[in-house]
Amino acid sequence: MAPASRRGTKMMLRRLHQRRLQERRQRQALEAGRRLFPFHGGLRLRHHKTISCEHPLERTPLPQRLYVPLLQQSGREAEPVVGEGQQVLKGETIGRFRQWGSGYVHAPTSGVVSAIIEHPISHPSGMEGRCVVIRPDGLDSWIEPDPAENWPERSPEELLRRIRESGIVGLGGAMFPTAFKVSDARDKGIHTLILNGSECEPYISCDEVLMREQPDSIVLGARILQRAVGAERTIIAIEDQMGAVHHALRDAVERSGADAIDVIKVITLYPEGAEKQLIQVLTGLEVPSGGRPADLGLLCQNVATATAVARAVVEGKPLVERIVTVTGNGIRKPRNVLAAIGTPIADVVEQAGGYLPGAARLVLGGPMMGFPLANDRNPVTKAANCILVLNEEDLVEPQAELPCIRCGECAAACPARLLPQQLNRFIRAGRWSETAETGLADCIECGCCDIVCPSQIPLVEWFRFGKSQLRERAEERARADLARRRFEAREERLDRQKKERKQRITEKKKALRDRQVSRDRIAEAVARSRKRRENDA
Amino acid sequence: MNRPFDTGMAPHYSPSVTVGGVMRQVLYALVPGIAAHAWFFGPGVLFQILLAAVFAIGLEALALMVRRKPVRLFLGDYSAVVTAVLFALCVPPLAPWWIALVGMVFAILIAKHLYGGLGGNLFNPAMVGYVVVLVSFPQVMTAWLPASGITGQAPGWVDSALTIIAGQPPGGVGWDAISSATLLDAIRNSASTGVSIESLRGTAVFGSAAGRGWEWVALGYALGGAWLLARRVISWQVPAAVIGSALALGALAWLADPGHNPSPIIDLLSGALVLGAFFIATDPVSGCTSPKGRLFFGAGVGILTIVIRRWGGYPDGLAFAVLLMNMAAPLIDRFTRPRIFGHERQ
Amino acid sequence: MLTAILSISLIGLLFGLGLGWAARRFRVDSDPVVDQVDAILPQTQCGQCNFPGCRPYAEAIASGEAPINQCPPGGEDGIRALADLLGVEPLPLNPDNGEEAAPAVALIDEQACIGCTLCIQACPVDAIVGAPKLMHTVIAAECTGCDLCLPPCPVDCIDLVPRGRDEDSWSWPRPAAAGRR
Repeated sequence: MAPASRRGTKMMLRRLHQRRLQERRQRQALEAGRRLFPFHGGLRLRHHKTISCEHPLERTPLPQRLYVPLLQQSGREAEPVVGEGQQVLKGETIGRFRQWGSGYVHAPTSGVVSAIIEHPISHPSGMEGRCVVIRPDGLDSWIEPDPAENWPERSPEELLRRIRESGIVGLGGAMFPTAFKVSDARDKGIHTLILNGSECEPYISCDEVLMREQPDSIVLGARILQRAVGAERTIIAIEDQMGAVHHALRDAVERSGADAIDVIKVITLYPEGAEKQLIQVLTGLEVPSGGRPADLGLLCQNVATATAVARAVVEGKPLVERIVTVTGNGIRKPRNVLAAIGTPIADVVEQAGGYLPGAARLVLGGPMMGFPLANDRNPVTKAANCILVLNEEDLVEPQAELPCIRCGECAAACPARLLPQQLNRFIRAGRWSETAETGLADCIECGCCDIVCPSQIPLVEWFRFGKSQLRERAEERARADLARRRFEAREERLDRQKKERKQRITEKKKALRDRQVSRDRIAEAVARSRKRRENDA
Repeated sequence: MNRPFDTGMAPHYSPSVTVGGVMRQVLYALVPGIAAHAWFFGPGVLFQILLAAVFAIGLEALALMVRRKPVRLFLGDYSAVVTAVLFALCVPPLAPWWIALVGMVFAILIAKHLYGGLGGNLFNPAMVGYVVVLVSFPQVMTAWLPASGITGQAPGWVDSALTIIAGQPPGGVGWDAISSATLLDAIRNSASTGVSIESLRGTAVFGSAAGRGWEWVALGYALGGAWLLARRVISWQVPAAVIGSALALGALAWLADPGHNPSPIIDLLSGALVLGAFFIATDPVSGCTSPKGRLFFGAGVGILTIVIRRWGGYPDGLAFAVLLMNMAAPLIDRFTRPRIFGHERQ
Repeated sequence: MLTAILSISLIGLLFGLGLGWAARRFRVDSDPVVDQVDAILPQTQCGQCNFPGCRPYAEAIASGEAPINQCPPGGEDGIRALADLLGVEPLPLNPDNGEEAAPAVALIDEQACIGCTLCIQACPVDAIVGAPKLMHTVIAAECTGCDLCLPPCPVDCIDLVPRGRDEDSWSWPRPAAAGRR
C-alpha cells in the first residue's frame, strides 16, 4: 500500500531500515566468537590472582552453626518450610518459592534446625534478613538424590523445573534466578549460549580454579543448558592469560564428544567479563539499552552456574555449596575454598590462616565492585564469590576529594561510553531529567571512572545514589499519575451523577407538566361537555 | 571472631593519580622551555615566575580563606602555580613587578575563584590575566629583549632584578636602548610598511629557521609537550589539532602570497603557538572534554591564532584564540557527545 | 553614509528573514504550560494550596495568578522544578500553606469505624473502599496522604501514618560532600 504522505514514506523507510539492521545484527550474532572486537575504555589492572589460585581447592570444614539466608536471589525471601528443632538432611528443601521473586533454598548439610532468626546477610544496606540456623550433626548425609535419568531425552521444561527447584541462581555474583533467565530467553529464541569464565576483576580466582579442576562438569552443564535453552552452539569464554585452563577445557570438550562447544580466549582487560562487554568482544554488537542479550539471540551464564546445573540434573543434588576465593594482603594463606552456603565468613577466613595484623577492610566481592562488611558474622551466600581482606597500605588515600577538573579520563575509561564528569555534575545539582538523558541507567558500576579520576571523586557512590533517586522519582511520578487519573475519574463520576440527577428532575417535571396538561385538557373537555349538556338542556 | 572493620565503599584501592601529581608533571615539562628562555633572554623570566607564583599562591590562599574552603588541600593541587608559570612565560622578562600582581589578581581572583574555584572557571585563568595586562599596558608588554648574541649578553641577575623592581632599566638607560622587537612584531609591522617577509631573513631578529632565540624556546616547549604526551598526562587531540590547523592555514596563506605571509615553519616556531598547543589549550577545565570536541577546540585555536596574526591587530593571537574557543567549548561539548553503549545512532 | 544605512538595513532584513524561517523550521512542539506544570505537581489533590485540586492550581500558576511556592507535598524539589520550568526564581515554601511532611497514608481504625461513608465522599481519589454500615478501609497504594478524610470522620478514627518502605526498594544514601574527607 503506497504511503500517501511524506511522513508515511519516512516511517516506512525507517521501519525497513530497522528490519535490515535487525537482520544484520542477527547474522553478526550468529558469527559470535569467530573474531574478537574491542570495547571502549576499560583498564588494565594488576591481577593479584596468583596468590590464591596456585593453591588447590580445599573444602571448608563444617562450622558450629550454619546461617542459611532465605533471601538468596535478587528478589524476595523464600518461605521457610522447616521449623525449629526439625531434623534435616543435606539437600533437603528448607525454603520454598512464595511469591514472584523468591526461590528455593536447601540445607547445606545434615543436622538440626536450631532457629529461624534475623541475622546480618550481606546486603549493602546492612539490613538483616531471615536465616535458617542449622546445627550440623557432622554426618553430612545427603537426602535421597533425584537425578534425571538420561537427561538428553528429557524435555527442556523439565530440565528447567529441576534447575529452579535446585535453587540455582547466577553464581557470578548477580544471583539472578537461572531458570527464570533461561526460560525467558528461550521464549525469545537463543542460538548461542555463552559461558562466562573470564573473571576480569582482580583477586578473584574461583572460576579459574573451577575450570582447572572440574572442567568436565562445566562442559556437561553447558550441554544441559544448551538443550534447556534451545541453543545451537556454546562458547566458553576465558581470559587469555589462563593457559592451563584452556587446555583443561579443550580436553574436557573432546572427552565429552560435544561438537558445538568452542573455547575462546578473550583479552584480559577490566571489565571485559561484564555480560554486555563480553558480548561486544565476541560479536561486535551492543546489547540495546534497556534490553537483554536475549534480544540478540544470546544467553550468558557463569561457568559455576553451569557446574551447579550439571550437578542438579545429572546427580540430582541441589545447590548447597560454592567455591569462594579468600584472598588479599590481609589474609595469611590466600586460597580458594569450597564452602557450604551459610558458613560464617569468620570460619572461612580461619581456614585461610586468619587475618594478618594490618587487615583493615573486609570486602565481599572484588576490589572494584565488592561491598564492605562491618564484621565477619555474615554467612557465605550463593553470591559470595570472593572474600577480600585489604590492609591499610592497599587503601591509602594520598589526597582528599577535589572538585572535578574535567580532564575527561573518566569518559575515556568508561566501557559504556558515558560522560561521568557530566553525570557527576548533574547528580550533585539534582538535575534529574538531564541525569536520565545523559544515560545514568546504562552505567554498569564497574568503577573504571572512579579509579582514573585525579580528583578522587567517589563517582560510583554518586551514580548509585543517582540511580536510587531516579527510581524513587519514577515511582513518585507513577503514583502521581495514578492519583491524577483517579481524581479525574472521580470528577467525571460526580459530574455524571449530577447530570443524571438533573435529567431525572427534568423528566419528572416534564411528566408532571404533561399530567397537568392532560388534566387541564380533561377538565376543559369535561367543562365543554357540561356546558353543552347545559346548553342542550 | 567479631572484629569490626572499616566500611569504605567500592572501589577499594589506593589511587595513584592525583591532581597535584598531574600539575607537577606539567611544571616539569615546562623546564626545557624555561631553560632555553633564560639562556637566550636572561634570568628575567625566572624572576617573573617567582613573582607570579608568590602572588598567585598568596591570592589563592586569600580567596580560599574568604570562601571558607580548606586552604592546604587546594594549595596542594599546584593549579595556582601552573597558572602563574604560564602567565610568566607570556610576559616580557623585564616587565615590572606589578604586571605579575595585576595579572594574578585577574587570573586567580576573577577568572578562577569568582567562577567557582578549581574546576569552575569558564576561561583559562592564565590567558585572562595575560590579556588584561596586554590590553591595559601595551608599552610595557611589548618591551621584549633581543636574544643574547646580538647586542652582547642578556641582562644579568642584578640588572634584571633591579629593572623588575624599579620598573625602569637601571642606570638611566631608556627602554629603547635595551628592548627590541620580536620576529612576530617585525612581521606585523612589515604588513603595514610593505616590507617583504624574505627580507627579514637577513636581519638580526631572525635565527636559523624563525626568531632568534625564540625558535629554541619553542623547541624546548615541544620537548616538554612530547614528554607529557608520552606520560599520558595530556591527550594528543589538542596539540595535534592546534599545530595541524595552524600549519594548514599558515601554509595556505603563504602559498597564496609568499611575499607578505611567513612560511608555516616560522609561524610554528614563533610566539606562543607551541606553548599554547601543549600547555595552554590543554587546560582541562576550560577546554572540551570529549576527544572529538578537543579536535574541534584545537582546530579553532590554531585557526584563530593564524587569523589574528595575519589579519588582526596583534602580533600573536594565541591568547585571544584560546579565550574565544573557551567561550565555544560548552557548545562543542554538547554537539560531540559520544554515542552511549546500546543506544541507537541519533 | 547612505550606503552604510542601506547595507545595514539589508543585513538586518536578511537576518530577520533567516530567523523567521528558522523559527518555523526548527520549531519544537511541546505541551501547553498548564500540562507541564500539572505534571510536576504531586497530584495529592489536598487543597493546601488554596485551590480545589492540583489542576486548578496548575492553571493559576500558568496564568501567573498564583506563585509557585504554595504546594507543601511537592516540597522544595517541586518548587525548584517549577522554577526551572517557568524560568523564574525559586521561592521558599510559603508556611501559610503548610509544611513539607514525610509521605504518609491514611489508616482507619477498624474497631472504631461506624460505616458512615463521610470519608469515602471526601476522598479526592476514591482511595477508600466501603459502603453504608459496612467496614471502610483505605487502599494504601492509592492514598496520597492529602488529609481530607480526617476532618469529616465523626468518630475521629482515621490517622495519618508514615508510608513504609518496601523491602526491595532500598535507596543508596547521598555521599558526603567534597572536601570533608
